[in-house]
Amino acid sequence: MSKMHVKLKVNGRQVEGLAEPRMLLVHFLREELGITGPHIGCETSHCGACTVDMDGRSVKSCTVFVAQANGAEIVTVEGLTNPDGSLGVIQEKFREHHGLQCGFCTPGMITRAHRLLQENPNPTEEEVRFGIAGNLCRCTGYQNIVKAIMAAAAELNAAKEAAQ
Amino acid sequence: MTDQTMTPEERAASLEGMGCRRKRVEDVRFTQGKGNYVDDVKLPGMLFGAFVRSPYAHARVKSIDAEAAKALPGVVAVLTAADLAPLGLHWMPTLAGDKQMVLADGKVLFQGQEVAFVVAEDRYLAADAVELVEVEYEELPVVTDPFKALEPDAPVLREDIKDQKEGAHGPRRHHNHIFTWEQGDRDATEKVLAEADVTVEEMIHYHRTHPCPLETCGCVASMDKATGKLTVWGTFQAPHAIRTVVSLISGIAEHNIRIISPDIGGGFGNKVGAYPGYVCSVVASIVTGRPVKWIENRMENLMSTAFARDYWMKGRIAATKDGRITGLWCHVTADHGGFDACADPTKFPAGFFNICTGSYDIPTAYLCVDGVYTNKAPGGVAYRCSFRVTEAAYFIERMVELLAIELNMDAAELRRINFIRKEQFPYASALGWEYDSGDYHTAWDKALKAVDYEGLRREQARRIEDFKAGRTRKLLGIGLSHFTEIVGAGPVKNCDILGLGMFDSCEIRIHPTGSAIARLGTISQGQGHATTFAQILASELGIPASDITVEEGDTDTAPYGLGTYGSRSTPVAGAATAMAARKIRAKAQMIAAWLLEVHDDDLEWDVDRFVVKGAPERFKTMKEIAFAAYNQAIPGLEPGLEAVSYYDPPNMTYPFGAYVCVMEIDVDTGEWKVRQFYALDDCGTRINPMIIEGQVHGGLTEALAIAMGQEIAYDEMGNVKTGTLMDFFIPTAWETPNYVTDHTVTPSPHHPIGAKGVGESPNVGGVPAFSNAVHDAFRAFGLRQAHMPHDHWRIWRIAENLGLHG
Amino acid sequence: MIPAGFEYHRPTDVASAVAILGRHGDEARVLAGGHSLIPMMKLRMAAPAHLVDLRGIAELGRIEIGDDAVVIGAMVAQHDLIAHEGLAQALPIIREAALQIADPQVRSMGTIGGNLANGDPGNDMPGLMQCLDARFALVGPGGEREVAAREFYESAYFTAREDDEILTRVIVPRPPAGAGWAYEKIKRKIGDYATAAAAVMLGEGFASVAMTNLADTPVWCEAAGRALAAGDVEGCVAAMLEAIDPAEDNRGPVAFKKHAAAAALRRAIARAQARRA
Repeated sequence: MSKMHVKLKVNGRQVEGLAEPRMLLVHFLREELGITGPHIGCETSHCGACTVDMDGRSVKSCTVFVAQANGAEIVTVEGLTNPDGSLGVIQEKFREHHGLQCGFCTPGMITRAHRLLQENPNPTEEEVRFGIAGNLCRCTGYQNIVKAIMAAAAELNAAKEAAQ
Repeated sequence: MTDQTMTPEERAASLEGMGCRRKRVEDVRFTQGKGNYVDDVKLPGMLFGAFVRSPYAHARVKSIDAEAAKALPGVVAVLTAADLAPLGLHWMPTLAGDKQMVLADGKVLFQGQEVAFVVAEDRYLAADAVELVEVEYEELPVVTDPFKALEPDAPVLREDIKDQKEGAHGPRRHHNHIFTWEQGDRDATEKVLAEADVTVEEMIHYHRTHPCPLETCGCVASMDKATGKLTVWGTFQAPHAIRTVVSLISGIAEHNIRIISPDIGGGFGNKVGAYPGYVCSVVASIVTGRPVKWIENRMENLMSTAFARDYWMKGRIAATKDGRITGLWCHVTADHGGFDACADPTKFPAGFFNICTGSYDIPTAYLCVDGVYTNKAPGGVAYRCSFRVTEAAYFIERMVELLAIELNMDAAELRRINFIRKEQFPYASALGWEYDSGDYHTAWDKALKAVDYEGLRREQARRIEDFKAGRTRKLLGIGLSHFTEIVGAGPVKNCDILGLGMFDSCEIRIHPTGSAIARLGTISQGQGHATTFAQILASELGIPASDITVEEGDTDTAPYGLGTYGSRSTPVAGAATAMAARKIRAKAQMIAAWLLEVHDDDLEWDVDRFVVKGAPERFKTMKEIAFAAYNQAIPGLEPGLEAVSYYDPPNMTYPFGAYVCVMEIDVDTGEWKVRQFYALDDCGTRINPMIIEGQVHGGLTEALAIAMGQEIAYDEMGNVKTGTLMDFFIPTAWETPNYVTDHTVTPSPHHPIGAKGVGESPNVGGVPAFSNAVHDAFRAFGLRQAHMPHDHWRIWRIAENLGLHG
Repeated sequence: MIPAGFEYHRPTDVASAVAILGRHGDEARVLAGGHSLIPMMKLRMAAPAHLVDLRGIAELGRIEIGDDAVVIGAMVAQHDLIAHEGLAQALPIIREAALQIADPQVRSMGTIGGNLANGDPGNDMPGLMQCLDARFALVGPGGEREVAAREFYESAYFTAREDDEILTRVIVPRPPAGAGWAYEKIKRKIGDYATAAAAVMLGEGFASVAMTNLADTPVWCEAAGRALAAGDVEGCVAAMLEAIDPAEDNRGPVAFKKHAAAAALRRAIARAQARRA
């Protein structure tokens, strides 16, 4: 099959490349761009380990063709680290509250949490659980993930208030 | 504040040693997506391998035509059994003393079995080529029921050994029979049962499931023809054992093999075994001279690697009329699939299932396990448990509940009167174990009080009245579980895998400036070893945990060890860590004595320093001692400060716990909701409470999944019905409850730091707690036993069978 | 799980899309959100040579709230259905149902058009649209036609849509003021298809009831609606149980599904009644 010219903005950077249209976005990110944060867990859009932000929405990059993503703006977990290299608020809260163990679901989980808190900056515990239900974790039982996201929401809101 | 002015307590706290809720050092990488998992490994010129797999559960392979696949541009090789046979690699030994086909040798024995291995320039081409390999099959009769497999006229599954009367574990009595394993006193147990006031008999099935870590199995094999050195990165829970196995089966000298376990995305037992993908990748790399990557997809993972459980457990329990258990009898029909690839210590073909007397003082017991071949995937791994301990715990915790029904007693009280008493430890069980320590009554009473057990029972009674009066369609189940684990395999005298004793190891080097590196024979898959082993060292050596690097998983640098599974890291490698540290401290004491010009015996250890007895102002800190080890010529002492310990544990450790689950159940739809879950764990000395709690949350959630829906189900034709995460149940955050964790501390008397291990306890104890909650909800309506998994329709069926649908 | 190769097309208007479909016949498939098709392609159970992605056609992404009807473009994602305040005012049952589809990420990509056109008996929107008596606009080489949701589904994956047609819009009549509504879905977990799901609308002298994943098409049952309109809940349930024809699968045997269907329907009715003004 012929390859197509793909242009994306990934974590704020313009990237281009040649790819077969059938290449899955997750493979394009991982194999072509070396962005290995998004992981492949189930391949049938159930586990969410491949979650990235595409044009301001959480998507499962294992179920998006790179052709569909052409022209889109993508954010992966790598893009959530602070510019100075320190951990972003959600990343830090996951560490602080032991919201990860093997780390495999973590990039998808944090990327999803990032979007969830954009959509709903003040979620209840129930809303957090519903909002991350597209991301499976085999290690943590979610309890500390939920705690970490609630803590991140509180800190982000406090920072917002302080800024006002 | 300097260390001159800090109190010993302050100094100890600054070390972040044992007992500290230390944040994990791993997480700085993981939270940024900077982990390094096997699929992240990318080498120049790397090829990608993929399997052609059998669509049939039992069939003869008549022919394989790979010409079209080989003709596809970008395809480098297609391997079949015929290509591996000259190398003697078309079969491989299993961990259980059996052998397994690497690629189908004339026939296939389960759906998803590896038939050919395609190697191509990338994974897309490999997938295209797999579609082009044409395999002609002749279907054979399929056996998925282990009882039918043992019928006289059952189809012969393993033609390669059909006339072999002797297996790896003794005589075989049928062509599909693998072994019989007996423990305990059969005659005495029969006699107790015959004479008992009360007996209960029941068949209890622990269904087939799968560890399903979020990362599947995979590897990258790279044969460097210039140096003759083979390097394999892979999802290995036991990298050294893999190195030895690779050497033994390939003939490559062990020093020319380097096995690296990078970050592992969860294991839960799935990554203990050796799989055909590893062998094929190695062969393909040797053949092509290029690195070869193989990564399972999720369906392949669920269909072909490492199932767990599948035990049919027939039980009989005897008791006096006032509830003293007098005897336990158990026969297990163990479905091992097409090859016996169980991951158990060699002398234990049913693992440690003989812990099935549980937490109870049962004077007489007998156990017999028959292993059987069927047309299902091989495996039989310990899915987040020590070898077959979850099955044992589930068995005894169901039998106790059944006995409570028979005696019309409260199940909590029945447990209490049968617990092994504190003063009986060390306790010799009727099936051959010596429990190291325990205080079951204290834990049990604490748990029942915490949940207001009496109040729950009153609420349940009211609910039953409401249900009978038509005011509700929901029942309330109170699930109890008191489990005893057996972990930390194990003493070399009786525990080995492929002849390798199950010791473990730690090597420590203290650097001149007082920081350190420790390397271990284990490998973390999320347990946080880099964090917790540093805490043990911090407490033992007085070096801040943040100054200690912990490294695992590279066989070229780490000392030999048997890896991480069966909750053995803390009991075995944790002990090795403490013992190696103590060797360092012993040398440090001599250095300090020389520096302070006193006799060794005049010094005492104080958190992070040796102090002259009676002269607290005269001391040398570990940091000062480390520097001296490298810059002073000390008479009679070698320079440097290093130690290694290979620790052969004198006994297993026996963590235990008391769990209570409260569940709401809709009798019409089978929907359930866990309203409350209380988990008390006693894992002895607690190294990092934060990590322990995290392990408990995770283990309980895996238990929830298993009890409430997760299974590897087959139809009559041997087709896997649950091959994707749509049907293979993994609960989301929505279905998962919050857990309340609690603890008591009963240190192991034989472990250097008293720790017992915890990672698997919640799965072992959790499954019976969830399942007992379901059973308990229906106890008042006459339910005795309903097999797991308790998914919606099976719960509905319970209600239907009890006539609760009117 | 790797899909076979294909040529990718991203037209910017419906006419071009129809033309591409016409050119390639049954070699071509329409790609909406892809969350049904891509997994099928990854399993190699589908291998179209051409994919016609509708995401470049702006007009298919609109929601129009009219006085009599709501018109929803085929490429409106479930996420948009949930987020749209006007739609939530006009037809809150759509939000309630959309929230029960899959999970947030899938709802970002999954579209109403794809959900309706695929003909998967497990999808939630077809039953809902039958309950609401929606109409689907189909555009093909011969122009546009409308088909009632209640007449669209023939059997599993077979619909009234021709291969060279595109489902472009959904026209949903607005229910009478004060109508009660509920979408009730019983499933094993988030992300699963329904074991049984019920859509109920009811009001003064009318009721409409449809169910999902209980036959090889969605089941809208006129008799059930009639009974419910007359206030006969058990008659409604009985009529619906006559109409459904569930098959055994991993969610359970037929008898269970019927029992669960009745439970789902009763719950939906109770909630709809409670919401009635």
